Parts: sequence; C-alpha cells; structure tokens
Amino acid sequence: MTMTDLPMRSTNGRFGLADNARLGWAFVERQKNLWKRHWAWEIVWLVYGVVNTLAITFIAKQLAAEGIVSGRQANDLMLFLLIGTLVWAYLSAILDDISLVVTWERWEGTIEHTLMAPVPRAAHLIGTAVFGVLHALARTTLIMAMSLPFFHVNLGHADWAAAALVVVTGSASLVGLGILTGVLPLLYPERGEQMSFMAQAVVLLVSGVYYSIDTLPAGLRVVSHLSPATYLLRGVRHALIDGAGLPGVGGDIAVMAVFAAVLVPVSIAVFSAAERWAKRTGRLKRQG
Amino acid sequence: MSFPTLLPHSPHVRAPLPLPDAATPLRVEGVSKDFASGHRLPWTNGRRRVVHAVRDVSFAIRPGEIFGLIGANGSGKSTLIRILSSLVLADTGSVRVFGYDIERHSMLARQLINRVSADPSFFGQMTALENLLFFGRVYGLGGPLVRSRSETILDRLGLTAAQQRSMVKELSRGQQQKIAVARAFLTSPVLMLLDEPTTGLDPRSKRDVQEFIHEVQRDHDATVLLTTHDMDEAQTMCDRIAFLAAGRIVAEGTSLELRRSVAGDESVESTDLEDVFMAVTGRSVEDDEDEDERGGARHDHD
Repeated sequence: MTMTDLPMRSTNGRFGLADNARLGWAFVERQKNLWKRHWAWEIVWLVYGVVNTLAITFIAKQLAAEGIVSGRQANDLMLFLLIGTLVWAYLSAILDDISLVVTWERWEGTIEHTLMAPVPRAAHLIGTAVFGVLHALARTTLIMAMSLPFFHVNLGHADWAAAALVVVTGSASLVGLGILTGVLPLLYPERGEQMSFMAQAVVLLVSGVYYSIDTLPAGLRVVSHLSPATYLLRGVRHALIDGAGLPGVGGDIAVMAVFAAVLVPVSIAVFSAAERWAKRTGRLKRQG
Repeated sequence: MSFPTLLPHSPHVRAPLPLPDAATPLRVEGVSKDFASGHRLPWTNGRRRVVHAVRDVSFAIRPGEIFGLIGANGSGKSTLIRILSSLVLADTGSVRVFGYDIERHSMLARQLINRVSADPSFFGQMTALENLLFFGRVYGLGGPLVRSRSETILDRLGLTAAQQRSMVKELSRGQQQKIAVARAFLTSPVLMLLDEPTTGLDPRSKRDVQEFIHEVQRDHDATVLLTTHDMDEAQTMCDRIAFLAAGRIVAEGTSLELRRSVAGDESVESTDLEDVFMAVTGRSVEDDEDEDERGGARHDHD
C-alpha cells in the first residue's frame, strides 16, 4: 500500500467538526459573492418587503382610525400584523435561499462540479443555510428599520432577549424545512421550484402569519402545529407584545428545538437519498 | 514559459491518503448504464423508451498515462465520464480509483479525481478568481493557497490579471474553458477526467490547453483520461486509445497498434485513426453523429 500527498482532509471518508465548518464556509462565501453581484435584486426585494409590511400594517391603523379598535388593543393589533409581516419576510427569505441550493446551480450549470467535490452534504447544506439565515436577518432588519417610523407602536413591554432567542431557535428549525423544500428541484427538474413555492404557501396559510391559528378550521389547525413557523410567530409576539420573558416563551423554544433536532438531520438524509436517486436516473444535470 | 512551481502541496495536509491499488489509477469492470424516459402510462402500453448509454465497458489505466476514449457524439463517452466522476450511478459493474470503489468509498475516491467537461459551467456573475476560490475551498484548500495557485495556473494559460478579475460571463468561451482547466488542476488531482476539454476552442486556445495538460501530466505524474472525437488530438496526446461506439468499447491499444491492426496491405504511416474508427465500427465518425441526431440505434423499450 503506497501513500500520496494531496490537499485532502480525510483519510477515512469522514470529516471533523472544524473541517466541516471550513468546508461549509466555502458556501457562505460563495453566496456572499453571488449576492453582492445581485444587489439590484436585493433592492427589489427590500422595497417589496417594506411595501408589503406597510400595506398590511396600515389595515390595523385604519381600524384604529375608525374606532373599531382603540388604546392598547390598537397598539397590539398593529404589532401583531407588523411582527407577522416581518417574521414572514424573514422566514420566506431563509426558505428561498436554502431551497435555491439546487435550482441556482442548475441555472449556472455548476451542479455537477459542486456535487462531485469531496464535501459532506451536511457541510454543503448547512453552509448554504447559514448564509440564508444571515442574509434574511440583514434584510428583515432593514425592512423593520424602514417600516417602524410609519407607526407609533409602543414596544415598552418588549423582552428583546427572549425574542432573539426565539428567532435563533426558530431559524434552526426553519433550516430543516428549507432543506426539505430544496429537495424538490432535485426530484422534479421541471417543476420542483414551483413545488417549493407551494410548500411555502402552505406554511403561510397555517402558521398564523396574519391571523391567530385559532381562526383556522379544525383540520388546518392540526396542520399548523406541524409548522415550526407557528411557534416562531407565537414566541416572538409573546415576547414583543406581552413582554414575556424566557419562562413565557420557553415552551415554544423547546418545541422549535425539537423540530430543529429532528428536521435538520432528517432533511439532510432525505437530500442525500434524493441525490442518489437523481444520480441513478440521470436527472442531476437535466434542466427540464 | 516554464512552470516549475505548479501545484505546491497544501500546508493544510494532515495525513497522506493510503492507496489500496497505486498501480491502477482507474479500473473499470463490466460497467453498463441504461436510461429510461417517459412514464409507464396506459396510452404508452406501459412501455418506456430505454437508451443503452454504456454497455459492459471494461478497461484499466496505468499510472502517468494519457488514456484516450474516442467516440462520436452520443457514443456514451460523457455518460461514462459521469459514472467515473460519481455523478451517475452504474446499473452494473464497478469503478475503482486507486482501489477505492467510486460508490462505496465515494468521498475518498472523489478526493483523488477532478474533471473538465466540454461545457465550462461557472457562476457567471462571479469573477474567475472567485469561482476558483469556491471550487478550491470545497476541495479543502485554504483561501491564500487557492489564490496563489489560481493566479499561477491562469497566468500560465494566458489569462491576463484583468481577465482573472472579470466576471466569467464577460469572458469568451475559450477563456472560460481555460478557467475550467485551472479549476480541475487547482486541486492537484492524481486522476484527471477530461471530457472533450478542447471542443469549440479556437486553434490557439486548443494548443494552450493541450500543452498545459501535457505539462502537468509530465511534471506532476498525473494520470489522464481524455475523451474526444478529434482524431488528431487523440493521436498526439494519448499513450493508449479505446474506441467507444454505441456504448461499447470496440478496440483498444496504442495508436500504432490500432493503426497496424487495420492497415492490411497499406503502410501504417498512411493509416490514421479515422481509418481505424471506420474499420472497427463500419462507419465514419460523421455517420455515427448523423445517426445519433436522427434518434440513435441504441434505443429499446421495456
């Protein structure tokens, strides 16, 4: 048995945590380089996000102006819708970025070169997801900063630390959901992207983005409990509107942590199985 | 221009990789691959169209040689290269890279290979250097090392500093293909899979790429599998050649052996690889390509 000296990381096919982190960073850096060239699109999405936030939150302002709601109730309704639109902007940005993991590489034709590189799929997907979370956080912060001056909302009760913890845990659970939707373009080159939008639409419907899940019919209410976004929205609202601290949002954080612990490894396993199927059927390279 | 410092070894190497079979960079045994298209639906009588892309292909490559695989478009070359790259899984047979099975020990085998395809395929909005930075990093190379290696290789291939910092979509097809060659050699692969790397290049770019491949193979002991339908390229670059037709290997040997086998009463000097192709397949490369465009002869239904 002879040896060779090569720029490799693994002599047994497995990679340590530091190597996985370094390999995953390649995807964060690549996405950053891509997005800085797509700054015009970023402005489009930013404007869309601000307009969407304003358009929906103005509904609460009108209800207050007409006296249908008043006082604390008006403030809470405005915050309810504001938080809903911002959290939806955040989670749809995460889901978009992660679910583009296959679609984007198919557009560019690079998918074969990326998938034949000796990178564990976990490092590949989590690296892409980390960029997605950072990107979504930056965009949502800007949308919030540009929208807040239009409304006189009282955030005096807000527990920002608890809200931040909810967002961090919720983001981890959304990563699993994003990877699962990213599998669809791998399985269905022609319509996978549209199918991942459909999955997002279901999350929008059942998670209580613009209304309480109590409003939903019984069947959909059951489905809402399967969406991590439900707990993310409830936790953030509880922390920012009601001023709930860690004990108050602990239940939602625990549920989202379980979602993350289950969904992330399951979604990576599902992606790997789908990749193997695409290699078996020759669909990896197919554009449509 | 000499190129003495190409591909210094990574300072990040932790341990060398043991090679179970260092004497055989690539061993392909009984590999077959069919693709089915369409669905089993009532109005198709439950039948699907099946393409026999690769049929019972076996060969082995020796260390340091350039092994040519010649065939017309649609002969199965690209599918075979994809199987060797772990991008398509074979239905039967096995592929071993220095003794590592490409499916069972995929992560180990993939560290030893890289590939250049006929289509350069880059992130068009990123610069050449940003693309190479990404593709170097995913092979475990550090940023500074990738940058210095990239500049060295791209300089050698004739890309100016300004071109290296241009977005790939702004570069010509030939320049993009040179970056694709740089991407593959950046990672010091000991087995290089080149799938028609010079197709569509102008003569100057073609010569640059061919010289570079020869140089790396000679100076860095890389083993190369080169697919092409260019007989002159195969003649000048390859130590041994196999002809692929309708997914099967129909002849294999050195250029001299192959030409001698079909020369008959003619002199070997007056017999070229095109003559060999006609003799072993009964048709010219152009005939084979025309048939492929008409729908191919390797279709079946299941």
